[in-house]
Amino acid sequence: MKGRAVALLVVLVAWAIVAYGNRVVSFVNPALLPAPHEVVKVGVDAIRDGSLVKNLLTSLARVAQGFGIAAVAALTLGIFAALCAPLRLVLEPIIEFVRPIPPLAFLPMFLVWFGLGETSKVAFIAYTTFFPMFVGVAASVLRVDVMLLRAAASLGATRTDLVRRVVLPAALPGIVVALRLGFGLALFVIVGAEFIGADAGLGNLIMEARTYFNPPLIVMGALVLGLLGSLVNAVLLALERRVIHARQP
Amino acid sequence: MAKIQFEGVSKAFGRGVPALEKMDLEVAEREFVCLLGPSGCGKSTLLNIVAGFLAPSGGRVLVDGVPVTGPGADRGVVFQEYVLFPWLTVAGNVEFGPTLKGVAAEERHRTAARYLDLVGLGGHAEKFPVQLSGGMKQRVAIARALANNPSIILMDEPFGALDAQTREILQDELSRIQRVEHKTVVFVTHSIREAVYLADRVVVMTSAPGRIKQVFDIELPEVRDRFAPEFTRYEADITRVVKEEVLKVHP
Repeated sequence: MKGRAVALLVVLVAWAIVAYGNRVVSFVNPALLPAPHEVVKVGVDAIRDGSLVKNLLTSLARVAQGFGIAAVAALTLGIFAALCAPLRLVLEPIIEFVRPIPPLAFLPMFLVWFGLGETSKVAFIAYTTFFPMFVGVAASVLRVDVMLLRAAASLGATRTDLVRRVVLPAALPGIVVALRLGFGLALFVIVGAEFIGADAGLGNLIMEARTYFNPPLIVMGALVLGLLGSLVNAVLLALERRVIHARQP
Repeated sequence: MAKIQFEGVSKAFGRGVPALEKMDLEVAEREFVCLLGPSGCGKSTLLNIVAGFLAPSGGRVLVDGVPVTGPGADRGVVFQEYVLFPWLTVAGNVEFGPTLKGVAAEERHRTAARYLDLVGLGGHAEKFPVQLSGGMKQRVAIARALANNPSIILMDEPFGALDAQTREILQDELSRIQRVEHKTVVFVTHSIREAVYLADRVVVMTSAPGRIKQVFDIELPEVRDRFAPEFTRYEADITRVVKEEVLKVHP
């Protein structure tokens, strides 16, 4: 914790030295290299006029909806595919065909299909985050140790008991990790989606800052996204530890 | 009628030498039988077939006259690697079988407490498996098998992963537990001493393909002394027979 604070401080000081030093020597145009106080100022302004909160909530709502849809789909299909070999044989080639396509390559398609409104963004996030979560969920279910199943079966477990009382609890830590990575990815791609077709959201805020040549606002938007990402990650990690508490007390 | 009957049980994995060939054996109710033999002689395969984890390639295994078709609560299994459920507490592990049967919580807790006391883990009910040593984990696994009240207990080198001291302590405890519980036990081991200490009958198997080489009835008192001359004599006799088989694998 202390080490992290020091590292953060080092980065901030280095930024300040470079930015203010540049004002003195004019190595590059100072307008291109925002200084900390400028970024703080646009941040405070954006909080005051409510635009930051509005954009943040817009982005978060899209992420939450898209992630929620994808998580439900990935959990259902991933668990069933892992438990049912015929379904896996059908799903796997399809998913392995679509998965390597960079999701952003399909973003224009989503705009064509769903227009510039909320639907295209939500659908795009759902599409992007589904694949890694599906693969992670299915893999954690498939990895469950066959010895655990044997132990339970010789204690009288039926097929339903095995799924409910052995496969799911044994796969849970892996499933939680898959969901955490999926959520991280959602925060990642929402920015790209909002660059292209959106009238609000943090990605849109950054893109507008570019259009109106406001570098401090670009940096502020990026920093907010970074803070949000690490905050969400910390919350999810804490949740994960609680879930896995039983194994690592 | 015998509790467990092996009728011409064979098992082959792919091509090559079969693991088991036409094994015939009967285990009586409440008998403690040890299967002994060189590695790869198919003793664990045999146990897995009784447990219902593997199907024989030929022949069949009958339990109480009924052919085995899969795992069941009548045959409890204790594995070498313990295989506890890591997300459950010690008590949760021991209560696993009774929970499946729908036993009421209060009775389940009583059963768990009783068997944890029996294996000397009364004070550890709320711990998780990761907090236990190997010997303690195996005690939990034994309590878990007993708490489900199976008529047969199958043990696959249960003390194989433990250090020599812990191993002897657990042998003492198992011997004591068997005097209380009187289960039908099939116990696979590499250790001749362990077999003579625990078994009513020691079945020495041949190297692959596994068959019965010789059967020893151990006529020693229930409570045994590892240093008694009769004990040592059994050990020596069995060692001689086992060595013949080991030499076939590693001449």
